[in-house]
Amino acid sequence: MTTRHFGAPVRRNEDATLLTGQATFVADVRLESMLHAAVLRADVAHGVLGAVDTSAARRMPGIVAVFTAEDLGEQWAPFPLLVPPPPIAGLTFNTATHVPLARDRVRHVGEPIAVVVATDRYLAEDALAEIVVEVEPLPVVADIEGALSADATLLHPHLGSNLAAHAVQQKGDYEHAYSRADHVVSRRFVYDRGTSVALETRGVVASWDAQSSELTVWDTTQAPIPIRNALAARFGLLESQVRVIAPFIGGGFGPKVMFYPEEVLIPWISMRLGRPVRWIEDRQEAFFATTQERGQVHEAELALASNGTILGARDVFLHDTGAYAPYGLTVPINTQCTLLGPYRVPAYYSEFRVVFTNRPIVTPIRGAGRQHGVFVMERLLDFAARDLGLDPVEIRRRNYLRPDEFPHNHQIYFQDSAPLRYDSGNYLPALEKAADMIGYAEFGARKSRARSEGRRLGVGIVSYVEGTGIGPYEGVRITVDPSGRVRLATGVGTQGQGHFTSFAQIAADHLGVAVEDVMVSTGDTRHFGWGTGTFASRGAVVVGSACEGAARAVRRKILALAGELLEVAEDDLRLAGGRVHVAGIPERGFDLGELAVRANPLRGAVKPGTEPGLEATSYFAPDMGSTASGVHAMVVEVDAETGFVDILEYAVVHDCGRVINPMIVEGQVQGGVAQGIGNAFYEHLDFDEEGQLLNASLMDYLIPTATVMPKIEVAHMETPSPLNPLGVKGVGEAGAIPVAAAFAQAVEDALSDAGVEIREIPLSPERVFELIQRADAEEGP
Amino acid sequence: MQIAVTVNGRLHERSVEPRRLLCDFLRDDLGLTGTRVGCEHGACGSCTILVDGESARSCLMFAVQADGAELTTVEGLAPDGGLHPLQAAFREAHGLQCGFCTPGILMTMLPFLDENPDPDEAEIRTALSGNLCRCTGYQNIVKAVLIAAGVATNGESSQ
Repeated sequence: MTTRHFGAPVRRNEDATLLTGQATFVADVRLESMLHAAVLRADVAHGVLGAVDTSAARRMPGIVAVFTAEDLGEQWAPFPLLVPPPPIAGLTFNTATHVPLARDRVRHVGEPIAVVVATDRYLAEDALAEIVVEVEPLPVVADIEGALSADATLLHPHLGSNLAAHAVQQKGDYEHAYSRADHVVSRRFVYDRGTSVALETRGVVASWDAQSSELTVWDTTQAPIPIRNALAARFGLLESQVRVIAPFIGGGFGPKVMFYPEEVLIPWISMRLGRPVRWIEDRQEAFFATTQERGQVHEAELALASNGTILGARDVFLHDTGAYAPYGLTVPINTQCTLLGPYRVPAYYSEFRVVFTNRPIVTPIRGAGRQHGVFVMERLLDFAARDLGLDPVEIRRRNYLRPDEFPHNHQIYFQDSAPLRYDSGNYLPALEKAADMIGYAEFGARKSRARSEGRRLGVGIVSYVEGTGIGPYEGVRITVDPSGRVRLATGVGTQGQGHFTSFAQIAADHLGVAVEDVMVSTGDTRHFGWGTGTFASRGAVVVGSACEGAARAVRRKILALAGELLEVAEDDLRLAGGRVHVAGIPERGFDLGELAVRANPLRGAVKPGTEPGLEATSYFAPDMGSTASGVHAMVVEVDAETGFVDILEYAVVHDCGRVINPMIVEGQVQGGVAQGIGNAFYEHLDFDEEGQLLNASLMDYLIPTATVMPKIEVAHMETPSPLNPLGVKGVGEAGAIPVAAAFAQAVEDALSDAGVEIREIPLSPERVFELIQRADAEEGP
Repeated sequence: MQIAVTVNGRLHERSVEPRRLLCDFLRDDLGLTGTRVGCEHGACGSCTILVDGESARSCLMFAVQADGAELTTVEGLAPDGGLHPLQAAFREAHGLQCGFCTPGILMTMLPFLDENPDPDEAEIRTALSGNLCRCTGYQNIVKAVLIAAGVATNGESSQ
């Protein structure tokens, strides 16, 4: 077998369709007699919901129907809990999931109250304004820290508190580590909310076909199969009667894994009215109705020996889940686990409380809580290094796990309920490489030179690990088509990660065909009906490994049939150029398409124990995730007069095991870093005390533009994972995870003579300016 | 209102409501869905098209304002079914991931390159600053535009 394609920067199969405007996104689906829906949403963050009068709206031109919670009948039911919590001893877990349409109470701005269906979206929006909603306002739980106070209003009174969950995980004996420590650093850290801003907002188009009794749903989801299964269960249909298609998706980043009200409402309305219905979220809605992430407050502590060796870590934090908690503990557990990073931490005490607030719902966004853990640990290391007179690079070097310490068991549970165990890693060379790329050794001189010219430069360099590629499983079916092209189908959706190419590369190598002749289908439950979805940086690992299995099986079938027909031993056959032939005699063989026809005879028998066709399905189910890792380094320039931070240089050394396509991996890392930079400095959801979002537009909520993004230099290291046949680890989220920690260290370094300490994210020019002012004031004149 | 608009060389005469956005007219009335709508308030640039040869945001125009105009959408870039050199450069440089913002970026860069046939990186970044991309971090978009301008060659690293 040649390994020509695996590891090569193959150009993407999907690009031509996307570049010419031919790709179908959900909002592009147009069906005969299609109706258009618009959603009325709560405009207060907390209140008792009274009458919803839709009579005037129903009389508006073009209005076909208006639905409220009352109209849903038995379909009104809270959504299922999407991710059950790990079996942590002593866990408190209070389930409160969202509902299709608010009834009795609204709990965050943007919660859906009614759906208007019209012949035209413009008319549907006109009618929204005519719906009269009675709401008796309730006191708003606006911030994390107030949520558990005795006088806080309860969001879910039946739970008796605003506590959604409480969990303690520990290893070793932190108190003992503390008692024998030479030095202890303790700090409070605050990490506030941002949002994903996929350029494509969410949308659903549903069509119930009464003649065939089939429901087809086009959905901007990262997890079409779970959506299909849930819809079938809700509507009393067989799973085979429901087809969910996640076509081209304009960015996912996590929130499109959620199961949203509109994903039930729009199909239900289509069944009810017997006509196709389309709903496309507008950008303002996306700021309330699509899930968000990142509010946490940490009280953290690191106990060290005088030489900088970590003896133990302690972290107690609050996590804001918003008005409901449908996604279980994924985000806070990621925080808890990822804090340990690439370091040897003999004792760890980590406790978190998840609280309900009157804010939009929190579910994972790219990084999914890992950012917070990395931020807390890296900041504590920075402060400890300063106190102990160590270089930030040196303190990390002293605490890294060594290559001979893998697999490394951290003795706590990860988000997938498996033990947190690192499969492999090699951290020190990545640190050295990144330090080299950013010019770390010479930076002190560069900084002094710049300072003498009145400029403030700073450098940041941090490490992280990322648990990737978790189970439960994914599958792939590969079929040699009679045309000679190869069909590859999998259940996960795709949102720009290059699945059409990476998966094709794996298959092409085994089958001796060109990458562009492997036609990949993702995210259509009709094409492949088993699996979970695209999340947790798992596509390449789990689906990729299933591709490998299916491709090997099809290869065996090709060799067996060709060997029989050509009367030669399989070892004497070669697969290349879309043909199977006898070694050294290219003309003696078959085109694969021709062989596919032979494998599916119209007459004669398919032998007992064999199957027709050149086709195989394979599943891959990892016991646990593979641990990717990396180091990010940046040089910034801070303008102390304005607080503006310019990122001058950015270097990433990333280890995601074997790389399938370096071009795609670099793209993923660059994009992740961009999101991380947004999170660190530009993006902040600004809620007031009434739970109202003050910057719900792309004019007011800033995501990085081309002029503020630095050039990102990426170097790959490959420490193969022993947990899958390809040796790969995930990369989708990695770029976003350590950026804030590196940014904080770099900005602090640039302001080292001002004595600024950074313990919060996001920053902004105003906030950096305030921190400088405060440090000046504390220092005195 | 009755309007006559030429889109990608083809004349369309339609009756539209005065409040109908040009992007909705193109997508839903003419079926040219390659023009994407990302924000409907002129901030993201996904819906950028050419109006009489100049970049314009089709979400900030009413269809009636395009009466008598010549429009080009992404579907009109490579009418022969292949790729325009700018499109080919985006493929070469991995200048797109999910591809949602891409048509708007192409329609922004096309007139930019006409006016600036030999741009440097800073000029490209400035010209791109009104288009949001959430996937790429822009680096490979800049590289693609450099390739299209002939400033960088295929396979040359932008690093």
